[in-house]
Amino acid sequence: MPGKLKVRIVAGRHLPVMDRASDLTDAFVEVKFGNTTFKTDVYPKSLNPQWNSEWFKFEVDDEDLQDEPLQITVLDHDTYSANDAIGKVYIDIDPLLSSEAATVISGWFPIYDTIHGIRGEINVLVKVDLFNDLNRFRQSSCGVKFFCTTSIPRCYRAVIVHGFVEELVVNEDPEYQWIDRIRTPRASNEARQRLISLMSGELQRKIGLKVLEMGGNAVVGYLQCFDLEGESGLVVRAIGTACTLDKLSNPSAALLPACNSPSKDMKEAPFSEDPNPNTHSSGPSTPLKNQTYSFSPSKSYSRQSSSSDTDLSLTPKTAFFPLGPRIFLCPSSPTLSSDSPPHTNTIQLPLGSGTAHSYTPPQSGHANPVSLRKTVSFSEELLLAASGMGSGGSVGKEGGPLKTLLRQQTQSALEHREFPFFTLTCFPMGFLVHVGGVVSARSVKLLDRIHNPDEPETRDAWWEEIRQEIKSHAKALGCHAVVGYSETTSICEEVCILSASGTAAVLNPKFLQDGCLDSCSEHRLSRQPTFFSTGSEKGEFDIFLQSKDSSSMLGLEEPSPPSCGFCHIPYDELNMPFPAHLTYCFNCRRQKVPDVLFTTMDLPLEAAVTGKGCLIQARLCRLKKKAQGEANATAISNLLPFMEYELHTQLMNKLKLRGMNALFGLRIQISVGENMLVGLASATGVYLTALPTPGGIQIAGKTPSDISYEQHISNMQKKINETIAKNKELYEIIPPKLFTMDPEVSAFKGTNTESIDEMIGSPIPEPRQRSRLFRSHSESSDEVSELDLSHGKKDAFVLEIDDADAVEDIHSLLTDAPLPTGFYSCNTEIMPGIYNWTSGVQMFTSVRVFRLNNTNLTNQGLNKIFNDLCENLLKSLYFKLRSMIPCCLCHVNFAVAVPEDELIQVAVTAVAMTFDKDQAQENLKLYVDKTLMKVITENEEQLQFPLELCSDSQSGNPFSPIKGTGLQENAGMHIVPSAQRATSVDYSSFADRCSTWIELIKLKAQTIRRGSIKTTSSLEKASPVSEGHSRLRSTTSNTGCTVAVVKMTPLSFIPGAKIIKYLGIINMFFIRETTSLREEGGVSGFLHAFIAEVFAMVRAHVAALGGNAVVSYIMKECVFMENPNKNQAQCLINVSGDAVIFVRECDLEALPVQPQTSAAQTSSSGGEVPA
Amino acid sequence: MAYSAPDSADKALRMAMELDVFVGNTTIMDEEVYQLWLDGYTVTDAVSMRVRSGILEQWGACQAVLESDTTDHYRTFQMAERLLHCPSKLANQLLFQIPPQRQAMLIERYYAFDPAFVRELLGKKLSKGTKKDLDDVSTKTGVTLKSCRRQFDNFKRVFKVVEEMKGPLVENIKQHFLLSDRLARDYGAIVFFANIRFETGKKKLQYLNFEDFAFCAGQLIQNWTVGAVDSMVEDMDVDLDKEFLQDLKELKILITDKDMLDQHKSLVCTALRGKIQVFAEMEANFKNLSRALVNIAAKLMHTKDVRDFFIDLVEKFIEPCRSDRWVLCDVKAFLTQYMNSARALDAFKQQAIWERYMTVIRSCILKMYHE
Repeated sequence: MPGKLKVRIVAGRHLPVMDRASDLTDAFVEVKFGNTTFKTDVYPKSLNPQWNSEWFKFEVDDEDLQDEPLQITVLDHDTYSANDAIGKVYIDIDPLLSSEAATVISGWFPIYDTIHGIRGEINVLVKVDLFNDLNRFRQSSCGVKFFCTTSIPRCYRAVIVHGFVEELVVNEDPEYQWIDRIRTPRASNEARQRLISLMSGELQRKIGLKVLEMGGNAVVGYLQCFDLEGESGLVVRAIGTACTLDKLSNPSAALLPACNSPSKDMKEAPFSEDPNPNTHSSGPSTPLKNQTYSFSPSKSYSRQSSSSDTDLSLTPKTAFFPLGPRIFLCPSSPTLSSDSPPHTNTIQLPLGSGTAHSYTPPQSGHANPVSLRKTVSFSEELLLAASGMGSGGSVGKEGGPLKTLLRQQTQSALEHREFPFFTLTCFPMGFLVHVGGVVSARSVKLLDRIHNPDEPETRDAWWEEIRQEIKSHAKALGCHAVVGYSETTSICEEVCILSASGTAAVLNPKFLQDGCLDSCSEHRLSRQPTFFSTGSEKGEFDIFLQSKDSSSMLGLEEPSPPSCGFCHIPYDELNMPFPAHLTYCFNCRRQKVPDVLFTTMDLPLEAAVTGKGCLIQARLCRLKKKAQGEANATAISNLLPFMEYELHTQLMNKLKLRGMNALFGLRIQISVGENMLVGLASATGVYLTALPTPGGIQIAGKTPSDISYEQHISNMQKKINETIAKNKELYEIIPPKLFTMDPEVSAFKGTNTESIDEMIGSPIPEPRQRSRLFRSHSESSDEVSELDLSHGKKDAFVLEIDDADAVEDIHSLLTDAPLPTGFYSCNTEIMPGIYNWTSGVQMFTSVRVFRLNNTNLTNQGLNKIFNDLCENLLKSLYFKLRSMIPCCLCHVNFAVAVPEDELIQVAVTAVAMTFDKDQAQENLKLYVDKTLMKVITENEEQLQFPLELCSDSQSGNPFSPIKGTGLQENAGMHIVPSAQRATSVDYSSFADRCSTWIELIKLKAQTIRRGSIKTTSSLEKASPVSEGHSRLRSTTSNTGCTVAVVKMTPLSFIPGAKIIKYLGIINMFFIRETTSLREEGGVSGFLHAFIAEVFAMVRAHVAALGGNAVVSYIMKECVFMENPNKNQAQCLINVSGDAVIFVRECDLEALPVQPQTSAAQTSSSGGEVPA
Repeated sequence: MAYSAPDSADKALRMAMELDVFVGNTTIMDEEVYQLWLDGYTVTDAVSMRVRSGILEQWGACQAVLESDTTDHYRTFQMAERLLHCPSKLANQLLFQIPPQRQAMLIERYYAFDPAFVRELLGKKLSKGTKKDLDDVSTKTGVTLKSCRRQFDNFKRVFKVVEEMKGPLVENIKQHFLLSDRLARDYGAIVFFANIRFETGKKKLQYLNFEDFAFCAGQLIQNWTVGAVDSMVEDMDVDLDKEFLQDLKELKILITDKDMLDQHKSLVCTALRGKIQVFAEMEANFKNLSRALVNIAAKLMHTKDVRDFFIDLVEKFIEPCRSDRWVLCDVKAFLTQYMNSARALDAFKQQAIWERYMTVIRSCILKMYHE
C-alpha cells in the first residue's frame, strides 16, 4: 500500500533574529522524508515569513510512512557562510494512516532546537493519499490503531480482546558512536532524536503486524519505553493489548477490521508451532514452559475433557450444582447446547489476594547470557506469612467444580497464547471475573554490547524469562491471566534491573474470542449451525460462551454481583498458594474473600467501596557498596528481596493505619544507583465493602524490661489508635463494628432500607448492614453464625518492635503528613468515593533532585531524607493547587531515579481535578446511582453489538429505560439492582429470527444480561463527530492568531465531556542540552523551560491533528544529567498519550444531529484544507 | 528517636535541593506572588512577606513549601517576561497555556506603574542617562530599583513603538500593548510628556500628582495636536500642532488692544457680579490674569516655552489666584466667563483659535487648581 505524502509550508512567526546587523532573518525551509528533500524559497528579511509553498510530494512505501518521521528544518540563508539551522520539527505521519483518525495535519508547530529550545513557530500542512494494495506479504500495518489508554477507548466497543503483543528493537546509541567525538552536540542530539523516532515507528509497525496476524485492528494500553543502555546500545520496546475494536458511531461497519485480512490469518502464524497440546495440565506447582497450543480441533477436545484432572481443579462438589459443568466442555455434541442450556451454574468463583514475586539473580558472565541463568525464586508466601497477613483459611464448600469449569473455559480462551497478559487496567463490565493478587518478577542483568541490532535476541530472552515467571506466579494464584501488566527497567552503568508486574486474574472468556460478543447478531446466528457440525475450535468457544451466558441467566443462581464478584478468590481454598485469612464476602456472603487485596489495576467502577480512598506510598532507600560488573549485580539482587519485603510491610502498615483493606494501582519501582537502591511503592488504598474490616495495628515490644519502655509502647499504641480513628473519619470509613455492637441499630436500618439499589447508593454502604439485607433476600440464615464467627476471629495486625528499625518504621508511619482539608489524592484514574467531578482539570509535572551532602549516611538517615523528599513534594503540590479546592490529585505517578552518585530524582505527573463538594454531601446517593448507570451504559456501549432492536420491533414491550423492576418481572428471573439494569430492552423482535425456542431463551438471557441498549441513542450521540471535528478544525487551523486550548490529562477521560474521536497516538522524544546552564537559570531554569516546551510541542501536535485534548498522557522518561562545573546540562524526555476531540456534554446536546458521513473518509478526500 | 524540629529539617532539605520545578499544562500564576515579583522583591523577601501574610497557617504549609512555590513562580514570570514585552505575542505563543482573562491580568499588571515613580519621570527624556539615575528615584520614591527599571523600560518600549506610528496615540497603545483604556490613556500621557519634555520637576509643580498631569496631557492631545483636527493626517498625536501654536500669537490682541481688554473685563465683571466670592479681587486683577493667559499662548511657538507650559500656568495664574484665596468654583466661573465673553467682542476675529486654546487652558487650570 504505497502512498503519497504531501506537505506544504505556509508561514513562520516569532522567528529568532539570525542576522545581528539587520535584526532580521532570511529564512527558508527544508522538508525531508526518507532520502528526499525539498526546499522552499528564501523569504528575506522577516521574522514572520510567508512562504506559501507549493505542495511537496513524496511517493513512498507505507512501510516508510510508518517508520519515518517527516522532518522539517528551518534555516537562515547566508550568502557567504554555511546556512544556520534555526530549528526542526518532526511530525509523526502515523495518525494520517488510519481512516478513523486524523485526515490532515495542519497548524503551528514550535520550531525546536536541542540547544536553544523553541525558536519560533511554523505553519505546516500535511496530507497522505494511500493507495489500496492487498498484498498479503506486506511489511506494513497501516490502519492499526494505537491507544495509550489502558481501557477500551470511549466511543469504541471491544469486539474481541486478543491479548498481549510485544516487540523490541535495538540499535547503537548515536551518543556513543565514535563519530560523536567529532560532531557537535546538536548534531548528536538530532541523530539520537531521529533514530529514536525511526525506531518507535518501526516498533509500532511491527506490533501492528502482529495485531493483524491475530486478527485485531487496534492496540490498547500501548506502552512504549526506551532503555538507554549507554555503551551497550539503545533499546526501544513496547507492550500492548491487541483488540478488535468497533467504532460505536459506526454500527454498520463490518466486524472485521477494514484494513485487515480476514480471520484466516489468525489461525496461521502464532499457534502452529507447539507440538505439545498437553502442557496446560501443568499446574501451579510446575511452572511453565512455553504454552502454545496447536489448534487442531481433536487435540483441543482431548484437552478439554481431560482438564478436570489437572491439579488445578478439585473434586467437584456436585451437590451444590445439579448439573456438572463438564457437559459444556463437549462441543462435539451439538445437540447438547440446545437441549440443556439453562442449567449450568453461575460462574461465580472465589478469589483472594496474594502476591507473588520472584527475583532472578544476575546472569553470570557475558559469554552466554541466555543460558547461564539460575533462578532464586522468592515467593510472596513468605512475605505474607511474615507480615502476619493471615493465618489459614476457613473451609468453603462450593466453588470447586465451577472453578474447574471456568478455568477450563478461560484456559481454552487463553492458553493458546504464550502470555495471557493484558496491559489494560480497566475493563468492560463482566470481563474481569476474579482477581488473585499482584504478581511481579524482577531480574538483574549485566548489559552487554548489542552486536547485531537486527537480532535483539538477548533482550527478548530476558523479557521472555520474566514473563514466564509472571505467568507461573499467576497460575499459582489459580489465575490464567494477568491484567494491569507493565514492564520497567532501571539502568545504572552496566547493571539493569528488569521488572514486570501485573495482577493475576480470571477473565470471562467471552470477550477473548471471535464472534463471542456478537452472539445476538444475524451474522452470528447464521454461522452457528456450521460451527456445531464442524466442531471447529471456534465453535467450541462459541458454545462455551453460550452455555455460560444462558446458564448464568436462566440458571438457578444469580451471578456474582458486579460490586464484589471480582474480590472472590480464584484459587482453591483447600489448596491455597499461601496462607491467607478468608472470610465470606461481606457483600454477597456467597463466596470467600481474602482479608486484604493488592492489585495493579484500576478499581472496577462497579466495585462497592466504603468511604473514600487515598494515596498510599511506601518509600525506601538502601545503601549499597560501589562495585563493578558481576559483583555489583549480585549485591543488587541480594538486596532486592529485602527491599520488596520492606516496601510490602510499609504498604500493609499504612493501609491498616488508614483503616482500609485493598490497594489498587500498585506500582513498585526499584531504581538502582551506584551506591544505593531506591524503592517507591505507590497505590490507592480503599475500603472494599466486600472485604472484612481490617483490624487495628497492635504494637508488641520485646520482653518488658522497664516501665518507661512500656509506657513508651503504650503511648505509641495510643497514637496509632488515634490516627486510625482520625483516618477513618477523614476517609469517611464507618467501621462496621459499631453496628455489630448494637444489633438494634442495624436491624432498624435494615428494615428501613427497602431495596438493594438503595443500599448501593447509601452514603456509607456498611458491610454488615448489607449482609443482613442480603440474607433476608436469599433466606439462607444458616450462614450468619459463620459470618459473625469469622468476624470475631479477626485479629489485630501485630507490629513487633524488636529493634531500632521497627521503631523507625512506626515513626515514619505516623509522620506521614495528613492531607490538607479539601484535598484527596490517589494514583488510580479516579478517586473511589468521589463521583461529581466538575470541569476543572490541571495536569502538571513536578521534578525534584536532591543532593545528598552527607557522605556518611546510614540507611535510616537516607530513608528519612527520601521520605521527607516525597512528603514535601506532595505538600508543595497541595499548596500549589490550593485554588482548586475541593479537588483530588488523580493518577499521581511518581518516578524515582538515581541519576548520579549523590542525587535522588523524583518526578511526579498527575492531574488535579475539581469536584463539587456540597453535592457530594447531599446527593451522594444520586451520584452513585448515576455513575453506576453511566458506567454500565458506557460499558454496554463498548460491548454491545449494536442491534437494530427497535427498528423492526412488532408490537413489542419496550420498557422504559428506568423500569428495572419491570424488566425483572418480565424476565422472570435474575434479580439485579435496578440501577444496574437501567437500559431498555426489547427482544420481541428476535422471535422472528430465532428458529427454535431455545435460541430465543438464550437470546433473551443474553439481552438481559448485557442490558442491551437501543442503538438509536448511541447513534445520536455519536453523530456529532464529523460536525464537531470540522468545527474544531476550522477554529484551530485557520485563525492563526489565537492558540487553541489543549487539555492534557493522564486519565482516559475528561470530566463533564465526551470524547468523540481519537486522532492517533502521540509519542514524542526530545533532547535538550545547554552549555550555558547558569545563564538559563541553573538546572531548575533549564528543566522548567524544557518541560514547558515539551508540553507546548505536545499541545501543538494535538491541535494540528484537529484535537483539543490529550488523554492518557504519560511522561515515561525524564533523564536529567548535569555538569555544573562545565556549565552544562542535558535532559531527555519521552512522553505519550492519545490525541482526542472532546465535546462538553452541554455542547453535545446543542449540536444538531447530522447524518454520519462515511467513516471511510480518508485523507484523499480532505477538501476542507485551509489554504 | 530524637527527631529534629521540622523547621531545621526543612532547612536542611531546602539547602540540598538541587533542582525543583513545577510545570502545569495551564500555567499557574499566583497574583499575589506576581505582584511581589513586579514590585521587585527578591525571593527571600517575597517569602518573608508571604509568611507575614499568614498564608502558612491558612494552608498548613511550611516555609520550604512557600520558598519552593515562590521560586517556581519567579522562574515562570522570568520566562514569561520576554512575551510581556510584546503582549500580542502572549496570545499566540505556544509555550504557556494561559486563559485569556489571565493573560489580560498579566499584561495589565506588568504595565501598571507606581504613581510616585512616574511622577518623578514625567517629562524626562527616556534615555540611558535617566535610567542610570534610577537608583536615586528608587531611594526617593521607595520603589525598588528593579521595579523602577521595569517601569522605565515599559515607558521606553511603549514610547519607541508608538513614536513613529500614525493615527491616534492612545488607540495605538491600546492595540499594540493590549492595555485597558485607562492604562493606555496614562501611557499616552507619559509618552506625550516624554516627547515634548514638559518641565514637571520644579518645586512649584511638586504639589501636582501624576493624575493631574495625565488629565492635562489628555486635554492637550485631544485639542492641540495635529491628530485632534484630522485623525487621518500623516503626522501623529505626539506632537503639538505647529500651525496652531503659530496662530496663538494673534490672541495677543486681547491684551494689546486696550479697548478690547476693557470691554472684555466689563463683560466678565457684569456676568460674575454677585456670583463669585472673590469678585473684588477678580476685578482688581483681571488685567493681570488676562495678560498672563494670553502671554502663555503667545509664547507657545517656542519649544522651550512649551516645556514651561505648566510652570507658567502655576506661576502666572494659579498662584496669584491662590494667594487671593479663590475657591475652585470661583476659578471655574471666572474662566468660563472669561472664555465666553471673548465671543461678544466684535473686534476679536480669532474665535476658533481662542476656543481651542481656552478649552484646554480652562480644564487644565481647573484640574491643577488644588485649594
